[in-house]
Amino acid sequence: MSSIKIKLKEKDVQQIKEIASSFGNKPGELINVLHKTQGVFGYLPAEVQEVVAREMNVSVAKVYGVVTFYSFFTMIPKGRYPISICTGTACYVRGAEKVLDEFKKELGIKVGESTPDGKFSLTCLRCVGACGLSPVVTVGTKTFGRVSPDKVKDILKEFD
Amino acid sequence: MAKQIKMHLLVCCGTGCRASQSATLQKALERELKTNGLEDEAKVVTTGCFGFCEKGPIVKVHPDNTFYVEVKPEDAEEIVKEHVLKGRKVERLLYTDPKVKEHVPDSKHMGFYRKQIRIALRNCGLIDPENIDEYLARDGYQALGKVITEMTPESTIDVIKKSELRGRGGAGFPTGLKWEITRKSKSDQKYVVCNADEGDPGAFMDRSILEGDPHVVLEAMAICGYAIGADKGLIYIRAEYPLAIHRLKIAIEQAREYGLLGKNLFNSGFNFDIDLRYGAGAFVCGEETALIHSMEGERGEPTFKPPFPSVEGYLGKPTNVNNVETFANVPIIINKGADWFKTIGTEKSKGTKVFALAGKINNVGLIEIPMGTTLREVIFEIGGGIKDGKKFKAVQTGGPSGGCLTEKHLDLPIEYETLVAAGSMMGSGGMIVMDEDDCMVSVAKFFLDFTVEESCGKCSPCRIGNKRLYEMLDTITKGEGTMETLDKLKNLSKVIKDTSLCGLGQTAPNPVLSTINNFWDEYVEHVVDKKCKASVCKSLMRYVVIPENCVGCTVCARNCPVNCIKGERKQVHEIDQTACIKCGACYEKCKFNAIEIV
Repeated sequence: MSSIKIKLKEKDVQQIKEIASSFGNKPGELINVLHKTQGVFGYLPAEVQEVVAREMNVSVAKVYGVVTFYSFFTMIPKGRYPISICTGTACYVRGAEKVLDEFKKELGIKVGESTPDGKFSLTCLRCVGACGLSPVVTVGTKTFGRVSPDKVKDILKEFD
Repeated sequence: MAKQIKMHLLVCCGTGCRASQSATLQKALERELKTNGLEDEAKVVTTGCFGFCEKGPIVKVHPDNTFYVEVKPEDAEEIVKEHVLKGRKVERLLYTDPKVKEHVPDSKHMGFYRKQIRIALRNCGLIDPENIDEYLARDGYQALGKVITEMTPESTIDVIKKSELRGRGGAGFPTGLKWEITRKSKSDQKYVVCNADEGDPGAFMDRSILEGDPHVVLEAMAICGYAIGADKGLIYIRAEYPLAIHRLKIAIEQAREYGLLGKNLFNSGFNFDIDLRYGAGAFVCGEETALIHSMEGERGEPTFKPPFPSVEGYLGKPTNVNNVETFANVPIIINKGADWFKTIGTEKSKGTKVFALAGKINNVGLIEIPMGTTLREVIFEIGGGIKDGKKFKAVQTGGPSGGCLTEKHLDLPIEYETLVAAGSMMGSGGMIVMDEDDCMVSVAKFFLDFTVEESCGKCSPCRIGNKRLYEMLDTITKGEGTMETLDKLKNLSKVIKDTSLCGLGQTAPNPVLSTINNFWDEYVEHVVDKKCKASVCKSLMRYVVIPENCVGCTVCARNCPVNCIKGERKQVHEIDQTACIKCGACYEKCKFNAIEIV
């Protein structure tokens, strides 16, 4: 459970309402609504889920159940530059674990956390399909291929 | 009068090549053509994946099939000025055959392509996926026209049945039979679903088809709709595939504009339209019942079969679920006939299979081979052998549900049945090659880590059992396992396989069982000798100084993050094993090979 408490502005509530109604407020469209909503807010805190539940006419428990089931949905805000390490099998056998360890060490955070200044966040994902470039790291929309632990510092420097 | 375009520069814009700047390259080529006034003679075409991802970005020149590899935006000028203008190939950008160390002038002579037969991938890397006219020029939508205007739904199903096409998603269920069952289910509404939730880590076959040739899937789904009596199709695709989604949306729009999707197709009264549904990152959603629940906006948890989706699926209606690659085979089978398709492959596995070849191999990429090709041919001929001259150790097929095969399996023909008999499976097409530096216990642990994370939690054998398997493997890699642990591993694996609800749990122990069967000595070595030969399990290795080689330069001591290396200048150093965190910094920094791993 996220420990972050936020207060939604009227404007935010309105936005969620619009998203829900664009899908006809149908419970079957819950995942589509959540995709859109996360696209707007960057994450899905409890307060947002409550509004979604009300608008879609389903229980908050159900929304929470769906949000926590799928790895694409997150209740923690991402950093300005979200870093994802591919830990698919192809990247794994070419040394992704060592690259991940180096990022953890450099940033001083664990997987799923953000740096205190909100600049970087660290996650793992399973296969972006660029296995020819393994190990692969993505930062925002930028992809880095054939990353070795000694390249980690240079990658981070690019976002200074 | 406009001149005829004589030359096409095909630029791969699949996800892999895009990650290495192929979009910039494409713009640079267009700019160079313009600067040199060649716009009327040559044209840049952005295509899907060529398959040879190892050497991307790729530029292929038509009609002479010149195959340029690792092309950078800066190379655009030379390609245009030399090749397009003067007709001279740019030698330095050609692929070099590693065996004879010579440039290969065109793709037909590359070892990577020689043994391949492209059916599902026939248009990938050849046409612009964002332009329906290019698909039409390759006989696109002809099969759909043929079934609607000349064939009955029953005779359509007959062709697919006769072709003996089997599901390419993993289990290999006969496609024609599935269609027939869905056709026979009585209902006012039926659905065609395309499973594009490619969750296997290290597999990217379906994504490449959708990115390179989206219309083939749309056409096949419409054919399926006609055959089973459905007017609605849904593609369930991973949200992590933005490029594939983008291209599918364009393709659906264009097909609607051309009257190839929508109402009254070919003036027959048959209606068919397609929508997208997004996955949200759950491996279990590749299982068809879980996928259907996810499309309904629920948690993607599987349910017991029967009833099968063909009888009771999406919103309780009969639903035919096929995988992307399966669909990609359908139009060409209709066009060329079942007998043609049956000439390719083996007795029980017809046609071809697409594999995503990755790992410790020279030619990483997407390949399509006739069924019956041996693993040896795939790894050593198409794949070009093991990277850095290392020794082959294992090949993993079937992803987290599959198993690891070894040297002794290399001459096995690739078929559904032979792979299962050898303790692995066809799976959706991930093929990961491992070398002597890979520890098989750690590989099994890697897959279990994946399964534990992806288990939906509904049934206890999978939820709890796999977690215990992971923990046991963890103790082995930490040097705390015993022979008893190995017995427990085997027994629990069998129980999980026998009692889990869905395919995920039933196959989750496969990586453990196959590595135990094929690499028993390595497991024993971990628990009895407390050794990891591949030097992967940190707890089982020690870094020690070789006194004869140490010159006392102090580099290791200065680079040790925990200051556990002691020694005077010009004296032999020593590593304090109790404080060492096994980071390997000393090993990497030493210039005198004075540190070894034991």
